[in-house]
Amino acid sequence: MGRYEIRLSGAGGQGMILAGIILAEAGVMVDNLNISQSQSYGPESRGGASRAEVVFDEDQIDFPKVIKPDLLVCLTQESFDQYGADLKSYGVIIADSGIDISEVKPEFKDNIYQLNILDLAAKEIGNEISANMIVLGIIARIIQTRIPVEFIKKAIIEKVPPKTVDLNIEAFELGFDLKLDKRSYIYGRI
Amino acid sequence: MMKTKIFRPEKRAVLIQGDQAVVEGALAAGVEFFAGYPITPASEIAEGFARELPKIGGKFLQMEDEIAGMAAVVGASLAGKKAITATSGPGFALKQENLGFATMVEAPVVVVNVQRVGPSTGLPTSPSQGDVMQARWGRNGDQEIIALAPASVTESYELTIKAVNLSEKFRQPVVLMLDEVIGHLREKIYLSTSDEIEIIDRKRPAADQDPDQYLPYQLTDDLIPPMADYGSGLKYHTSGLFHDQSGFPDGKNETAKLMQDRLHNKLHNNLDQIILYQKDIRKDDRVAVLSYGSAARTAISAVNTGRKDNLKAGWFKLQTIWPFAEKEVAELAAQVETIIVPELNQGQLIREVKRAAAGQAKVLGINSYAGELIKPEEIRALLEEVL
Repeated sequence: MGRYEIRLSGAGGQGMILAGIILAEAGVMVDNLNISQSQSYGPESRGGASRAEVVFDEDQIDFPKVIKPDLLVCLTQESFDQYGADLKSYGVIIADSGIDISEVKPEFKDNIYQLNILDLAAKEIGNEISANMIVLGIIARIIQTRIPVEFIKKAIIEKVPPKTVDLNIEAFELGFDLKLDKRSYIYGRI
Repeated sequence: MMKTKIFRPEKRAVLIQGDQAVVEGALAAGVEFFAGYPITPASEIAEGFARELPKIGGKFLQMEDEIAGMAAVVGASLAGKKAITATSGPGFALKQENLGFATMVEAPVVVVNVQRVGPSTGLPTSPSQGDVMQARWGRNGDQEIIALAPASVTESYELTIKAVNLSEKFRQPVVLMLDEVIGHLREKIYLSTSDEIEIIDRKRPAADQDPDQYLPYQLTDDLIPPMADYGSGLKYHTSGLFHDQSGFPDGKNETAKLMQDRLHNKLHNNLDQIILYQKDIRKDDRVAVLSYGSAARTAISAVNTGRKDNLKAGWFKLQTIWPFAEKEVAELAAQVETIIVPELNQGQLIREVKRAAAGQAKVLGINSYAGELIKPEEIRALLEEVL
């Protein structure tokens, strides 16, 4: 228990901000859990790197933004280059397989997991824009002891256009079922 | 007492932005009129009122510019409605003239300024507390202003209600100073139930008031004249010139003095109702971090983590920045050795802190003025240096 910080990064249009809002909405459903959610605005959010942040804590949240992430998601090379060096020593980076991670800080070599998120979204779901739901599925698995999976599903259903609910939930479950290496390592951190 | 038009039977947890919390707070406090011109990072406030006001029979007006927006709000207030406008620094500059007019004619209005980095159009999407002195002295002439600064989404809700109430109670414009971080931040907050909210309505003349005897600027014991709604049958004149109790201009120096003193004293006789703050200073704390708005989030974070390592530090958060909490800051300065003042500007409120501290404590600033929040470790480093 305690303060947990998530940073989602990708390109503008990849839905990282929506994913951040959905996570925060799910957190609101948990009794006695405080939530702060923020995001990049303006020029940053039009193309280039886009960033959403979610902080949750059973105690009062003093500083409302991420200080050092416990969990960092990077969907693009640019976002990895920009944010990849900023992580708690026991944190986790989820990076898309398309990213060259050879320059990752040596101390984070064991904290980084590459998953073919964008590829799966395109091939399995048939649309790359569902990558953010795959990301939510992955995160849901990691943080399920703090924010129940059902709450995240409920938040997705409330937030996405009604016609796209089935497809989004399908992508979410695909992400949730993804095999993570050293999964117990990740679970230990929440 | 008028009841709020928002009926909410039970407490509800929601995830909303600070800007949206301003809308919720204003509606809960009985606001029925918004006029303004959208501007980043305050546009979400205009959007919220455009969506919500028509549902309760209120009015939303998008005006041609910020000047007209301010004028419309003063008009709505004189017509008896609780009225609000919202803007950011460049628009706040434009509103100053009519804000001064509102002070002079004692129209209760709330002006929200979601601060971004200036001067001029500056950095539209980055936070700042650069308008602190603009809020205090942006208009010509000696005059009082009330300015509140929320540090969270919950406070954006609560202090908006407070701002409306204070404006109504004292017939006084109130400025609500958010900043980009608080305006755009989404947080979990609990919206109060209808019967938990205290609502204050302006004092009006008695129902049997003789129209020929009505004095719109009557000198009463509490220094706050009963205010008739335009269109209610009690006719009166409003003027930005110094006026006597009838509301008509009177160039006499004695009249001007009487009115200046009344406008000052109606607030200064009631500072205990106006000056809001929170603090956590322990007996043996040697340093206090004094802050307001989003900088307070950094300050409290640094103090709370520092205390885990036994740093003798406490925090003092101003919710009311104007009128300045002179008495409280003087007492604080007598209690601690050092006061640290983090601000998202080059050092504005710190001048007031130094003045009130009057040499009793050392006063040090930490400043960020290029669009970034101050980080907790920056305050932590200074705490360790002085302790």
